[in-house]
Amino acid sequence: MSLYLHDMPGGAAWSAPVSAGRLVTLTALGDRANCSMLLLNADRVDRLNIPDTLKAQMSARITAPMVLMSDRGLALASVVASSLDWHDCLTGFGSEAHLERFGATSYAADRNDWRRSARTGLVSELTKHGLDERDLHAPVNFFTKVAIAGDARASMTFVPGHARAGDSVTLRTEHDVLLVLCTAPHPLDPGEYAPSAVQVSVEVAATVAQDTDPSWNWREESARALEMSRRVLA
Amino acid sequence: MTVTEIPTTTAATLDLTVEAGDGALVRVPAGGRLRIVDLHGNQAADTLLFDAADVRNKYSAFDTIREQGAVFLTTGSRLLSTRLDELAVITEDTVGRHDTIGGACAQESNVIRYGEHTRHQHACRQTFLAYGAGAGIGPREMGHNINFFMNVPVSAEGDLHFDDGLSAPGKYVELTASREIWVLLSNCPQLNNPCNGWDPTPVQLLGWWS
Ligand SMILES: [Zn+2]
Repeated sequence: MSLYLHDMPGGAAWSAPVSAGRLVTLTALGDRANCSMLLLNADRVDRLNIPDTLKAQMSARITAPMVLMSDRGLALASVVASSLDWHDCLTGFGSEAHLERFGATSYAADRNDWRRSARTGLVSELTKHGLDERDLHAPVNFFTKVAIAGDARASMTFVPGHARAGDSVTLRTEHDVLLVLCTAPHPLDPGEYAPSAVQVSVEVAATVAQDTDPSWNWREESARALEMSRRVLA
Repeated sequence: MTVTEIPTTTAATLDLTVEAGDGALVRVPAGGRLRIVDLHGNQAADTLLFDAADVRNKYSAFDTIREQGAVFLTTGSRLLSTRLDELAVITEDTVGRHDTIGGACAQESNVIRYGEHTRHQHACRQTFLAYGAGAGIGPREMGHNINFFMNVPVSAEGDLHFDDGLSAPGKYVELTASREIWVLLSNCPQLNNPCNGWDPTPVQLLGWWS
């Protein structure tokens, strides 16, 4: 059952509390989408921990059916579907310095088309919830791939055109979370400034069958994180 | 500001041995050099950096690796903050590469990785919080750390592993502070994977500054 849809224009930031047991689907509405996501637990202290998420599931990217884990070892959300096998989580979000190459911008000159960085947008959203830059953490950059080379330094290269209009990813919330999103361009995207819009859909998730659910059965580590969340909500 | 270079052949300002499972909070002035020595080899030294003038301006693993265009840290790596300020530079490295995407161990992540029986084993996160308190560093100020001497290979296919370290007894890494910083270190007590060679051992901190 769809609860609501919300379209975020490119270059925008948004936040929403989302209850446990919801499906949140992000859909790219153009070929240049990047959607950076922060995720905080209901207490607003515990938050997404990308290093713990990666090492527990032996991955350097985010894709289905991985579980997104918090500082305190809880499953905040599970990636239950994804049209892409790689969402970046190693390269953070952009700052004002990354927008300088596009020239000067301001509300006075550009009205609501003014260019603001992901950092500015994410901090602005955090501030609305009584939080601040201390609560920034490594995001998932949905729809973006930064390839890792097999060289001695593990060099990283932005992959243009990784996602296309219509690509989507669906998260199932495992806790009451605060979702913080920003559709500013990825800082390594060498293209012109033309970030795509992203649609956010929130619906009620079906009851989880632990014995067949792909996230519960992905790895023992994924299941243990989900079990710790189940205990908190039980 | 003018920084007077002190050669590392002169007596160290700081000479501190950090036992396995213990930590340290060290204030390093701009231009100061801090050497972390892996005394017995294969010992993960989990490290966070903060701008001493404002601890909200903390080390950012993922800004650091994006701006250098490579996952591993080594000589020349500029260690950036969440505001993209340069906190320090790795100026010497006899190991070759260090991890910054593997995070620190915590009791809670140990339970996820190894099972409920590890719940009450000592872990880096409480060392960070215990020593960080002295500089006003709490859970909100925590960031994603550097794991000096730790080897976490990543592949082009997007896989990640924890491997035996490339380090060896006496190998070291040296940071030069770009501004006055706090260095918050946890000498990792992890017993459940090869990051400490299954046997955590001490590291030595040597500092040169005026
Ligand atoms: Zn540790």
